[in-house]
Amino acid sequence: MSNELTPIDSSVVPQHAPRATDTNPVSEKRAEQQVAILFTLSGIGSVLLIYSYIFVAKDVFIFIPVMGNQNAQQLGIGLGMAMSLFFIGIAAIHWAKTLMPDKEIVNHRHEFRSSDEDRAELVHTVKEGVKGVQLGRRKLIKRSLGAAVGLFALPPVLLLRDLGPLPKKQLETTNWKTGTRLLTDPGNRPILASDLEVGAVVQVLPAVEHEDERPLSDIAKDPVLLIRLRPEDFQLTPEKLAMTHEGIIAFSKICSHMGCAVALYEQQTKHLLCPCHQSTFDVTRGAKVIFGPAARPLPQLDITVDSQGYLVARAPFNEPVGPSFWERNSQ
Amino acid sequence: MTSVEKRIGTAANFVDERLGAAGWVKKSLNKVFPDHWSFMLGEVCMYSFIILLLSGTFLTFWFDPSQRDVIYNGAYEPLKGLKMSAAYASTLDISFEVRGGLLMRQIHHWAANIFMAAIVAHLLRVFFTGAFRKPREFNWILGILLLTLGLVEGLFGYSLPDDLLSGTGLRITSAIIQAVPVVGTYITFFLFGGAFPGVGFIPRIFTLHILIIPGIFLAVITIHVMLVWYQKHTQFPGVGRTETNVVGHPILPVYMAKAGGFFFVVFGVTAFISAVASINPIWLYGPYTPGQISAGSQPDWYMGWLDGLVRMAPPLETHAFGHTISWNILIPAIIVPGIIFTSMALYPFIESWITGDKREHHLLDRPRNVPNRTALGVMSITFVLVALINGGNDILATNFDLSINQIMWFSRIGIFVLPPLAFIITKRLCLSLQRADRELLLHGTETGRLLRLPHGEFVEVHAPISPEKAFILQSHEQLVPLEIEDVDGRGVRRPGALKNKLQRRLSKAHAVSVPKVSEQELKEIEHH
Repeated sequence: MSNELTPIDSSVVPQHAPRATDTNPVSEKRAEQQVAILFTLSGIGSVLLIYSYIFVAKDVFIFIPVMGNQNAQQLGIGLGMAMSLFFIGIAAIHWAKTLMPDKEIVNHRHEFRSSDEDRAELVHTVKEGVKGVQLGRRKLIKRSLGAAVGLFALPPVLLLRDLGPLPKKQLETTNWKTGTRLLTDPGNRPILASDLEVGAVVQVLPAVEHEDERPLSDIAKDPVLLIRLRPEDFQLTPEKLAMTHEGIIAFSKICSHMGCAVALYEQQTKHLLCPCHQSTFDVTRGAKVIFGPAARPLPQLDITVDSQGYLVARAPFNEPVGPSFWERNSQ
Repeated sequence: MTSVEKRIGTAANFVDERLGAAGWVKKSLNKVFPDHWSFMLGEVCMYSFIILLLSGTFLTFWFDPSQRDVIYNGAYEPLKGLKMSAAYASTLDISFEVRGGLLMRQIHHWAANIFMAAIVAHLLRVFFTGAFRKPREFNWILGILLLTLGLVEGLFGYSLPDDLLSGTGLRITSAIIQAVPVVGTYITFFLFGGAFPGVGFIPRIFTLHILIIPGIFLAVITIHVMLVWYQKHTQFPGVGRTETNVVGHPILPVYMAKAGGFFFVVFGVTAFISAVASINPIWLYGPYTPGQISAGSQPDWYMGWLDGLVRMAPPLETHAFGHTISWNILIPAIIVPGIIFTSMALYPFIESWITGDKREHHLLDRPRNVPNRTALGVMSITFVLVALINGGNDILATNFDLSINQIMWFSRIGIFVLPPLAFIITKRLCLSLQRADRELLLHGTETGRLLRLPHGEFVEVHAPISPEKAFILQSHEQLVPLEIEDVDGRGVRRPGALKNKLQRRLSKAHAVSVPKVSEQELKEIEHH
């Protein structure tokens, strides 16, 4: 090829310049001592580790600039371990670089492709082997084999069936029923409408039989946020306005995007923000999504007061709470 | 013969008479490994994996992977008397009551981060230098598999302690699975053992995290390394290095000492970081309860870009025929990553289709000499970085006093605009660097010495570069576009015209490069 240059014979490996340790016995001796010192430092590290493990109490804290208060035992064990490992490594590398032979050598590569004879022989062997199986001729075996293997694939899948219960209606329902009292979380106390001042935000859970033993799967769908605004702040449809009580509005706290707790409420703007993916809901407009990836408003809970004046749910949620799923009817 | 030699001889004889291993071992000990700092990145991956196995085994001795409720009564005062899962309580015990336990937890978590970072760095090195080309495509695919496994293994790992932060991560994981059409709800209920958070997920991912996935890791890493061994390592171009040889130090003793020493260095550095830098202080987050959340919930960085994609997704859902499809989850969390990982795995074959190059390659490319590939790599990095920035948009907003909405809009637009821009800039940069190489070859380096010629003209003296350097600068191949005719010799339109056209276009774009210095040009220069 005319425009390819070969100024240097590429089959020649360039000669290495000898290192100081190769020519000067003083350098050689010094390198040897350096390696020995590095190994010794490793040993000191191990001793530090053992000392810290046995003799330093668990609850001693020491102040170290920049890092602040540190647990002395953990720090001692850690630094000891770091030293004992690191210096073994550095010593070995230093040894290899200064004292072990540094001459590079050449290995040769071969092409990976097998020879044509080998390939032909392989094809022949495989063909002979396949012929010996006689699947082509023995239709009966072929069909029953197919059926057996097909059936055989089912049990492993079936055996996983008891991993969990069927979803049934669990994603569609919550513990909110008509007349369920709203209880503070934490505290489990019923709430009078007058307890809430304008601007107040309270997290509530439904009254259930054993309030101290709510399963986490209930806490994953029951939490509701109560927010009290001035009634004139609302810009709601008549139906949604009817679901509020004296300016108190109740939303599911479970994000309609991926189910995180929508925990950040901005007093000034009256926006609810989900800390997971920053979906932002406007409380005054019925938790309408005004920013972020959520596609649906937070479900609103219809609330009223019972005969004793405590806040209760007038009806269950009229849509499933939490993230979307295939069976969800969102129309 | 000394007595030591005698004893070794007896032992070697014993083994060889039974295994006949002398020939193979002899050959192996003379095996050559080329030297370059970037070849150590893969080693860091393997070493941090070993660190993960060791520290992880330590942690399993005390960790109780159960979601059963317990009342905490341990050494950490602020959480005393609280109801929590046994998993969380035992993680607190490891942190506060097992001597060196916190250190081991931190080593395990730091090593996981180092493992993932090293995988990414190693992958980039292999990509930018073209080490994935024939015959190493299998190993490239295994590498992508390891990267994907690493993401899952990491997610499972930091989910195990069942603290408030990791529980939030699992809530998101469950929502992603639940978003899968038709089967999503059922799979979620089966995996979690009921409605979220269920009773079974932590013990189940524990089995996967400590047994199944590490087992697959071990098998795949073994094959990965054996293939490197069998196919021999690639090398950078240089004098004496060809496609048919491999130049470097033999395994025994130099490479063994260096690589073995390097393992201890990696372990030592990980231990040092873990001794002085706190990571995942789960006692500050509290036990998981789905009704609560901490502001600034962040996954580990290698999952952060996926979270960033989810954050920037438009609020799209399809509601039809009584069913819901969450595009706002499916697109960023399943479809886009699926496309990215699949095309990454297939890239060696795509590139070889574009260039029509079916030869074996053992000499590495300098990234500038393959501008299209390098630009593609930088484009992908830019994509992931924009997504990662958006994944931390809340943190950025609080720390730099920015508006979260602005960062989100920056990312939403940036994810489409910035990667192509990065592609164009990188390609230009590569070509400029090629031009600089050409200049260097033709005119040598500037010495800074000015010379006044007899007739008054000033010229700068250029010194020729060393022959070794000159060799490297022009050792690459000139890229040439594929020549594919739309019609065959007899003027008949060939089948697959559209495919041919695409291939021709891509091949042309791929082959854009600065012409190499020709022999004639060099001769002309010599006569000056």
